[in-house]
Amino acid sequence: MSNATTANHDDHHDHHPTGLARWLFTTNHKEIGTLYLVFSLIMFLVGGAMALVIRAELFAPGLQLVNPEFFNQMTTMHALVMIFGAVMPAFVGLANWMIPMMIGGPDMALPRMNNWSFWILPFAFTILLSTLFMPSGAPASGWTLYPPLSLQGGNSLAFVILSIHLMGISSIMGAINVIATILNMRAPGMTLLRMPLFVWTWLITAFLLIAVMPVLAGAVTMLLTDRFFGTSFFDAAGGGDPVLYQHIFWFFGHPEVYILILPAFGIISEIIPTFSRKRLFGYTAMVYATATIAFLSFTVWAHHMFTVGMPLGAQLFFMYATMVIAVPTGVKIFNWISTMWRGSMTFETPMLFALGFLVMFTIGGLSGLMLAIVPADYQYHDSYFVVAHFHYVLVTGAVFAIMAGVYYWLPKWTGHMYDEKLGKIHFWWSTISVNVLFFPQHYLGLAGMPRRIPDYAIQFTEFNMISSIGGFAFGFAQLLFAYIVWKCVRGGAPATAQVWEGARGLEWTVPSPAPLHTFDTPPKVDDSVTAHKDELS
Amino acid sequence: MKRTNELIVALAVLAVVTVITWGLFAVGDNMPRGVTPFSKDVYHLHNTVLGIVTVIGILVFTAMFTSVVVHRKSKGYEPAKFTHSTKAEITWTTIPILILIVIAIPATSVLIDMEDTGGAEMNVKITGYQWLWKYDYIEDGISFYSALDRDSNRARQIGSGINPRDVDNYLLEVDNRLVLPTNTRIRFLLTADDVIHSWWVPELGWKRDAIPGMINEAWTYIEEEGVYRGQCAELCGKDHGFMPIVVEAVSPEEYRRWVEAQGGEVAMEPEEHPGFVGRDRASGSDEQPEESAETINIAVLEQG
Repeated sequence: MSNATTANHDDHHDHHPTGLARWLFTTNHKEIGTLYLVFSLIMFLVGGAMALVIRAELFAPGLQLVNPEFFNQMTTMHALVMIFGAVMPAFVGLANWMIPMMIGGPDMALPRMNNWSFWILPFAFTILLSTLFMPSGAPASGWTLYPPLSLQGGNSLAFVILSIHLMGISSIMGAINVIATILNMRAPGMTLLRMPLFVWTWLITAFLLIAVMPVLAGAVTMLLTDRFFGTSFFDAAGGGDPVLYQHIFWFFGHPEVYILILPAFGIISEIIPTFSRKRLFGYTAMVYATATIAFLSFTVWAHHMFTVGMPLGAQLFFMYATMVIAVPTGVKIFNWISTMWRGSMTFETPMLFALGFLVMFTIGGLSGLMLAIVPADYQYHDSYFVVAHFHYVLVTGAVFAIMAGVYYWLPKWTGHMYDEKLGKIHFWWSTISVNVLFFPQHYLGLAGMPRRIPDYAIQFTEFNMISSIGGFAFGFAQLLFAYIVWKCVRGGAPATAQVWEGARGLEWTVPSPAPLHTFDTPPKVDDSVTAHKDELS
Repeated sequence: MKRTNELIVALAVLAVVTVITWGLFAVGDNMPRGVTPFSKDVYHLHNTVLGIVTVIGILVFTAMFTSVVVHRKSKGYEPAKFTHSTKAEITWTTIPILILIVIAIPATSVLIDMEDTGGAEMNVKITGYQWLWKYDYIEDGISFYSALDRDSNRARQIGSGINPRDVDNYLLEVDNRLVLPTNTRIRFLLTADDVIHSWWVPELGWKRDAIPGMINEAWTYIEEEGVYRGQCAELCGKDHGFMPIVVEAVSPEEYRRWVEAQGGEVAMEPEEHPGFVGRDRASGSDEQPEESAETINIAVLEQG
């Protein structure tokens, strides 16, 4: 799709393989970005299908469709597939496509490693999904794999741990590549405080990934030796401690939450200024707020485990630290609204998804503040209130931001405008159904419904039915999304280089579709080209 | 001219957002108030924080939608040029910090109260098993298991043909209830035999994990007689959804009569229990005994 526009580049670039070999051996950041995004979409639909099994079973009280073991496998696999297979690869795909173009670099700094870090993923997820067909079944102890429960499973645990190691290696390599690219490949004049916020948020995310993925690797390796080699890291009978696992896991797990949301902040910070036709408000504050959130994310892990029985002092510390995160997060929300304020807004699909993000991520953030309050968390913890909270931040937060980004950059990638009418239908259908899906879950949690149960008491029936109806509606809306993307790849109105009237930044100075090789000679960068401006200097 | 326009729109948006929020509160459930001093504290704390975040949310959405309505290109609105305001940044950093302090003060005092488990008049040890609870009344020497009741257990099997609506307290009834006296400071000691469970009765105001190899503490002081139902809250295997908790709070006098009626009989050791599946299962989850809760019910009935 991008060969036609490479005429003014060096000849040897055109001698790359075609067909399957092109994708297997590619070292081009745009092609690898496409691979990541396609992989992510497939995993999104696979993980979504698992969610529909869950919602179908929960449509009515009593067990109708699946037995409890399989239900637990579905909740576990749904989370692992969505987090590691859908959301993280989608962000890496966007990073691959956009970071070199945004900073005026010719490619990622480490192209062969880039290829490798992608091609590990299909193998990792083949291994993970294959456990569904093993005699002992897929892991059924929740994505957190808490021992001792996770150690009761069959041999499939070993496959799950191997696949987690592979995902971790892939993520770490991807993160190293992002850091190396951002620190070394910027065009002259693209100072750190001129970088687009998407680049900034990814730079910070990459450091988080490098810091915590090895921690997860350590935790699951200890599970592996506990299960198969007779160690007792987490077995009280052998002098170990099951709660130790939770501390280690969440030391990874909480920064992981921000790995899943910081690049989303970056995408939203690109889209809102474009469609408000106004520069981002408080750029420098946004950069510092992102760094602050990332730093604080290392100090709040135990708020996931307030009910394990920690000393009073520890609980108070983790409560206060968690509450403090609301401050930089609030700064971001206020800055986005100030960017919109007195702008000249239009509401194309990317902007609609960005506004949807803004509203629903705020709802998720506010329920997060409630969850920080330890005494109240004794009631909320492990109830559907928590399920509602993290789906608001992950689905209407991270996933909506990814979709906003896809609609925003799709014309740049394909050279065609997507079908605006279908895009708007997709947005409204998704937004209405996702709230029907997740909002009632707040009520269920407050009324006392625990999470991860395949069947429930009669008083929870109505809200579960409503939630399931919303779930199916939201699920099918995503097939429309896949169709819109496919249709845009195949054809559509030609896109200009600028694409959006208010768009600023280097990626909008190259033709649409972006040629396979961009910025072979670095562009000249000053405040007139950059999307943002450091107004303190 | 423009300023008035923004103000009028803002008031209209505020009204709409408030009505929607009110509607969301009106149709939904809230946390139960509960029957202990602690549950009431938590309930008030929850309502306070919920109120604060609701007001914040309404103000944020009002500002946002006012902008969406007014600052449109289709209305010929020209974009402003401002990109920074130190004063604004300081304001919206400081005000949230003050709000957080207002929330943190009551939260801290309730938590300190909760964590003080001293002065207990009686102690109950709670042990989680896959998938039932065991209660040991330390002072009164009573000890028994508490599992899902027979009717719920029949109805919950796939293809049982029994409508769960026809079962009283479906999934929230047990064979042996935890009988507790009201107006008594009761300390719980929580542990587990196999995997981590979590003991949660919403009306008592908290949940606490029951962890193998560890003993957790919590306390309660039930002020009203009644039957309070809850469930295991920590995923503990295939029947995690089927190990309910039922607390029957009775007057201290009635509690004494109940203790006398138990005749000091102590339950069998867990290993002798026919429904026991919690240990030595690491070699494979495939061979779990089916319908364990059913067998336990029968055993308990035979035991008399």
